Amino acid sequence: MNRLNELFDSKLKVINIGLHGFADDLKSLDVDVIDVDWRPPAGGSKRMADLLKKLK
Amino acid sequence: MKKVIVKKNTYYDSVTLMTVSKEAKKIEGVKEVLVGMATELNKGLARNIGLYTEEMDTLTPNDLFIAVDTDGDPAIVENSVEDLLTKKKEAVSSDFKPHTLDSALKMMPEANLALISVPGAYAADEARKAMENNLHVMLFSDNVSIKDEVELKRMAVEKGLLMMGPDCGTAIINGIPLAFANKVCRGDIGVVGASGTGTQEVTSIISRLGGGLSQVIGTGGRDLKSEVGGLMMIQGIDGLAADPDTRVIVLISKPPSGDVVGKVLSALKDAGKPAVVDFIGGDPKIIEDYGFTPAKSLEDAAYKAVLLSCGEKICDAPQFTMPSGEIDKLAAGEAEKMLPSQRHIKAFYTGGTLCDEAIHILQEYIGPLYSNVPLDASYALNDPNASLGNTAIDFGDDIFTAGRAHPMIDPSMRAERLARESEDESIAVVLLDFVLGHGSNMDPVGEMLDSIRLVKERANQRGGYVSIIASVCGTPEDPQGMDNQINKLREAGVVVMPTNAQAARLAGLIMRRKYDEQVK
Repeated sequence: MNRLNELFDSKLKVINIGLHGFADDLKSLDVDVIDVDWRPPAGGSKRMADLLKKLK
Repeated sequence: MKKVIVKKNTYYDSVTLMTVSKEAKKIEGVKEVLVGMATELNKGLARNIGLYTEEMDTLTPNDLFIAVDTDGDPAIVENSVEDLLTKKKEAVSSDFKPHTLDSALKMMPEANLALISVPGAYAADEARKAMENNLHVMLFSDNVSIKDEVELKRMAVEKGLLMMGPDCGTAIINGIPLAFANKVCRGDIGVVGASGTGTQEVTSIISRLGGGLSQVIGTGGRDLKSEVGGLMMIQGIDGLAADPDTRVIVLISKPPSGDVVGKVLSALKDAGKPAVVDFIGGDPKIIEDYGFTPAKSLEDAAYKAVLLSCGEKICDAPQFTMPSGEIDKLAAGEAEKMLPSQRHIKAFYTGGTLCDEAIHILQEYIGPLYSNVPLDASYALNDPNASLGNTAIDFGDDIFTAGRAHPMIDPSMRAERLARESEDESIAVVLLDFVLGHGSNMDPVGEMLDSIRLVKERANQRGGYVSIIASVCGTPEDPQGMDNQINKLREAGVVVMPTNAQAARLAGLIMRRKYDEQVK
């Protein structure tokens, strides 16, 4: 079975990254969701973020 | 007095800040205010409204700013904004929130889908990380390059994952609505859609007709362009083909690029299941050549899918749910109350695909419409903020949404525009959509009522009558309450039709009568 059909056969478990309202909607539907308190990486510096990516 | 207040290293999401900006504008004395993270976009918006200062040069997207022009004390605005932000933070669940995807995965190692809505500049990286961890992705963010989209979708195909988006607003997986989606019944119809509100209209109508949905997969609007090659629509079709709970497949999209249409329809052929295809405004012949049922409208797609699901013989959805005699009477009754000088339609939409469908339908009755999203480039409005003759506006278009929430969340720009155009003596018909469901404004009709009443009153004062026609996209189970929204419209004198296609047809019939009158 491919991963898509595994998903269709499983309980949906969501990681929400971004707008908190989407996580709240899912919680109101009793969906398991972890809401990430996301913020721009490397303090919002694109240059620093690119450098950090190279280090990984 | 103009002032910029900065809060270093304080992050809020864009929808929260747009809502706070809107509320802060109501503070007494405030002429202009922008509350935002110091992204390049928001700095540009501050420049446009004359509130940019040099100290903003060094701010990063992790810094919050409040730029205000007020007759009062800026400190009052600062305090009010802080109160509003605190209230928003308190309203959000107090559950522990990890800062990264990695930490989230430690808390929920069995997670199977990432819903990503971070600013576009960061979105591809987050989606890539999610897929590296074998998560399916719904990428709501826009402003992702087509190069990134192709790379992400190739990665998804290689790993057998869903990569819905970028700019994917609607999906329903295992009965769970994600982002902007309606509460629909479950059943055996699977949908793959490249058009957000098109998918919402089709799935809502299927549910209202008594049918049900197995899975609703979004692809993002660019999936069927040559560069992307329909990668996710094909992946979605393959998934539905192998899904024993899906008996009927529906595809919804604007007409695909010439080299993509064959690939998509071949994949559908391989799926071996009955299918309805709505390539909105496209040529139905190629769909028939592959042995599938073309749809004439979003409503028609839903209607035919339900017939297939029930094993019934396929026929076209009726033009109107109401008997034709009653429709003619309704159109005549609306037209006869108007003055001869009233001769134009204004179709003001929050849903992009619904707007596109309305333009296609209206064109059959009254010819081309001026628009910010015209079918023919020669009818593009030079200034989308001003109507010209018969006009259709998609308020969800990028030109209207820079730095503000989508009109399905914040319909105030459409309300203001309609109020402004109440002074236009040539206005005869107003055509509106209202999109319900998770993610949408909790009272989209309520937000428009003052403008609707104003248009009616101003026309009445001039001795005429403006016909306002609307449709509500949603289901009775949606959080806004569909009946409640429809009743409010009817009480305000709006004619509410069951679907967008029927609303556009009725508007077309009324306009046709006005044209015929002029010819006489």
